[in-house]
Amino acid sequence: MAAKGRIVWVSGPAVRADGMSDAKMYETVTVGNSKLVGEVIRLTGDVAFIQVYESTSGLKPGEPVVGTGNPLSVLLGPGIIGQIYDGIQRPLKELSKASGSFIGRGITTTPVDMTKQYHFVPTVSVGDEVTPGSVIGTVQESSLIENSIMVPPDHKGGKITNIVSEGDYDLETEMATTEKDGQTFPLKMYHKWPVRKPRPFLKRHDPTVPLITGQRVIDTFFPIAKGGTGSIPGAFGTGKTVTLHQIAKWADSQVVVYIGCGERGNEMTEVLVEFPELKDPRTGKPLMDRTVLVANTSNMPVAAREASIYTGVTIAEYYRDMGKDVVLVADSTSRWAESLREMSGRLEEMPAEEGYPSYLASRLAEFYERAGRVRASGSPDRDGSVTLIGAVSPSGGDFTEPVTTHTMRFIKTFWALDAKLAYSRHYPSINWMNSYSGYLADIAKWWGENISEDWLKLRGESYGVLQREDTLKEIVRLLGPEALPDEEKLILEVARMIKIGLLQQNSFDEVDTYCSPEKQYKLLKLLVDFYNRGQQALKEGAALADIRAMSVVSSMLKARMDIKDDEMSKLDQLDVDMQEQFKSITGVKVQN
Amino acid sequence: MSEGGVQYSKIAEIKGPLVVVDDVSNAAFDELVEIETNEGERRLGKVLEVGNGKAIVQVFEGTTGLSISGTNAKFVGKMMEMPVSKELLGRVFDGLGRPKDGLPDPIADKFVDINGEPMNPEQREYPKDFIQTGVSVIDGTMTLIRGQKLPIFSGSGMSHNLLAAQIARQASVVGTQDDFAVVFAAIGVQYSEAEYFRRSLEESGALKRSVLFLNTADDPAIERIITPRVALTVAEYLAFELGMHVLVILTDMTNYAEALREISAAREEVPGRKGYPGYLYTDLSTIYERAGKLNGRKGSVTQVPILSMPSDDITHPIPDLTGYITEGQIVLGRDLFRQGVYPPVNILMSLSRLMKDGIGEGSTRADHGEVSNQIYDAYSRAQEVRALAGIVGKAGLTEIDLKYMDVGDAFENEFLTQATDENRTIEETLGIMWKIVSKLPKNEITKIKDKYVDQYYKEK
Repeated sequence: MAAKGRIVWVSGPAVRADGMSDAKMYETVTVGNSKLVGEVIRLTGDVAFIQVYESTSGLKPGEPVVGTGNPLSVLLGPGIIGQIYDGIQRPLKELSKASGSFIGRGITTTPVDMTKQYHFVPTVSVGDEVTPGSVIGTVQESSLIENSIMVPPDHKGGKITNIVSEGDYDLETEMATTEKDGQTFPLKMYHKWPVRKPRPFLKRHDPTVPLITGQRVIDTFFPIAKGGTGSIPGAFGTGKTVTLHQIAKWADSQVVVYIGCGERGNEMTEVLVEFPELKDPRTGKPLMDRTVLVANTSNMPVAAREASIYTGVTIAEYYRDMGKDVVLVADSTSRWAESLREMSGRLEEMPAEEGYPSYLASRLAEFYERAGRVRASGSPDRDGSVTLIGAVSPSGGDFTEPVTTHTMRFIKTFWALDAKLAYSRHYPSINWMNSYSGYLADIAKWWGENISEDWLKLRGESYGVLQREDTLKEIVRLLGPEALPDEEKLILEVARMIKIGLLQQNSFDEVDTYCSPEKQYKLLKLLVDFYNRGQQALKEGAALADIRAMSVVSSMLKARMDIKDDEMSKLDQLDVDMQEQFKSITGVKVQN
Repeated sequence: MSEGGVQYSKIAEIKGPLVVVDDVSNAAFDELVEIETNEGERRLGKVLEVGNGKAIVQVFEGTTGLSISGTNAKFVGKMMEMPVSKELLGRVFDGLGRPKDGLPDPIADKFVDINGEPMNPEQREYPKDFIQTGVSVIDGTMTLIRGQKLPIFSGSGMSHNLLAAQIARQASVVGTQDDFAVVFAAIGVQYSEAEYFRRSLEESGALKRSVLFLNTADDPAIERIITPRVALTVAEYLAFELGMHVLVILTDMTNYAEALREISAAREEVPGRKGYPGYLYTDLSTIYERAGKLNGRKGSVTQVPILSMPSDDITHPIPDLTGYITEGQIVLGRDLFRQGVYPPVNILMSLSRLMKDGIGEGSTRADHGEVSNQIYDAYSRAQEVRALAGIVGKAGLTEIDLKYMDVGDAFENEFLTQATDENRTIEETLGIMWKIVSKLPKNEITKIKDKYVDQYYKEK
């Protein structure tokens, strides 16, 4: 029975209503005469504490509150791809039809077009036994996405007694019926799922396949695995959003869910303008055809910001269950944590650090645990993954604040953005000394098998140069570079080359924006070879100045921009040139 | 008590800027409240919290002089609204939007809720029109774009007002003049600063295309919560209803945040950092996010908020949270200011996020982005070399290091330094940038494509 109560108190997004003894925790309710959407977050006697997902301006005590009987859920079915939703899965395009350029309130819409017809191809027949998660057929959702119509996880399954033949159907059509224990159950193309409940799967796999993002500092130095977790903290202006956009654009996943959680409106607009124009480097299709956006910008209601993370991850799990690799990017989890703090404050809960609620850590842990590479339930066998990448916006750029420190406990790849690097326009400003990846050992096998056996070794050597440089920098700071012997000066020189030629990447440059694994490997090898060959040349008596003056140096530094992915032979030529030039400078020395 | 369907209520408690009103039966959250004293004085406020027969009301003009027995509250039945029309141009208002220039109330075209509504991100138009401010450092390295929010992070005593006024004067010159307007909101600044702006606009002839909202330092602090909102309401009207390109200058946002803190403290809320409320970010975003462009509408709202960083600390919550919302920042440097450089912009800490899409072929010049990157890189190297020279002396520097020292000096003296009435075209600005870059040998130029180097590099 639906709860029916009335408002007794309003303060910002928090509302108390009495007469709500029938309400359940996390049930969605409609609030007030204008029917705003809210969710029950605490029950005391017959008083329900409700967070409201829309602006409560003008709401009065005495207005009605009505329960829906359902927890906050998303609708999962074809039509999600390419959409931009608010935090509670209302399509922003539909909202604008109802209220124009600004977001109005109390508008109800369906998340997808229920009347749109999709071409359904059945994959099971009458008499087949299906279980929750089993695929009964497919539809082409976008140019890039084949949507598998699945038996919902909370469905009884059973024997198929009836299924439509191949053809065009809309979402409300009954596609099939199953029979179990003498009862029949219908199946449609869509189902609903509560956002706060992780979708079930059969079992977890180890994350052993890297997510290729085309960003060198990520793929080569601090990789993330498909089904892994990563975090990217940084002060403002360090390039968090650009890096996340780059991952969303170029990651080799089939689906990307981008959550703009309490961030800038124009950033979402940028994605909306840019993604339909950009082509997926692997398929040549528009990137928007694999992307779902969830936008709850900073000035939109704060409670819906809290929900947006769950809305996004549930959509990601839905596509995972079809056997797809999904990347979810959340910008920024700090704003999500702040919305928890704001609601917690209004609930007058005892705060922990910096006013954040004591359950901040457990909420973060629950969220990141929804990542993983899994075997989906039901038949046929499907492996899919959800990779979770969360931005963190630490106040004052201080990584010891609660959201950053708690996040670090639950993620395995940490890309620490550095304001100093950003100030000198070293982008992406991922600090190579403070960042880490827990997946290196897991994914080294993939690189070995697919690119080259010596990848891990080369990565180690180049990272070694950067580490040595970090120590030497201290000495240089005190004594000047001239105090160092030539071998160490060469380390500084090569470290500079690694920084400019490999770590830095210009996301606005047509060529440099995406770097294939093969090109990454060749650039890496070129730099490591240069280092080793350089040290050898010094031993053979070559002058450091001659090494610095080699014309190949400048070409190596610009190779990332000048050489396209399909011009790998030019990189090989650079290698030949380098060997030649080393020969010539050591040769001159010998003649002397 | 009731009068004409409107209810009067008694005051139960007065604390700080808040009054608690009793026996409230029909008040709405966020509703406008009129507070009336026995002497007939009227003040305005709004409902912060309502329920269980009580309402907590924030009084904009402060509670000084109010008494429990002698004060009544009237719930007006609507949100706070600002009358808007084209006639507002050329007028001066107080911090709550009431005429301050001795002229009668302007005839309203309509009344608009000052809180605005969030723009639907799907309906925004991505800003990419270059605004030529005539200030080299901005146009060249942190380009301002129509519809952007680009704050000036300053410190006490620095020349942010000169810079903001110069932008306001010079940005108005480009393009057609009629569709350009300035909305200026003084939030708790000294009278002399507000007056400087007014005069500067007057002298350039821009005053008749401006709307001024003045809450000076001696005006009620709580009013400052409203000032930016009425200003932006007018700006949105001018931009989206009348199709004008509106430049909004809000100074000083630090005073705004402090007023917010005062209310939060009076409500005994759990504080976030430095006593500022946990919702400071969300609250600031409801101001800054009111910049932008909309699909199918002609105008734009560009914001240049000014804030003074307490103790020049960029990690202080106000600049910090602002930087997370705005699309970049122009940071003024104390060292440059001390050296007498104007404008004293620290480019390494500054940034314009929308620059990349507003420059290049078709708007400024194809090489703009790359030469700007090289300038950043070179100046950053110059700073490192200067630090090193401070320790090992110039003698310990390599030849190339010395070149970078030269670049640093030239950058500050020829590019950065500019007179307050000097209006440089983008071509002049790019010319100076290439002159500086050309002080480096060609093999140091790693951020510019060869074709541009061949075209613009100035051989000695």
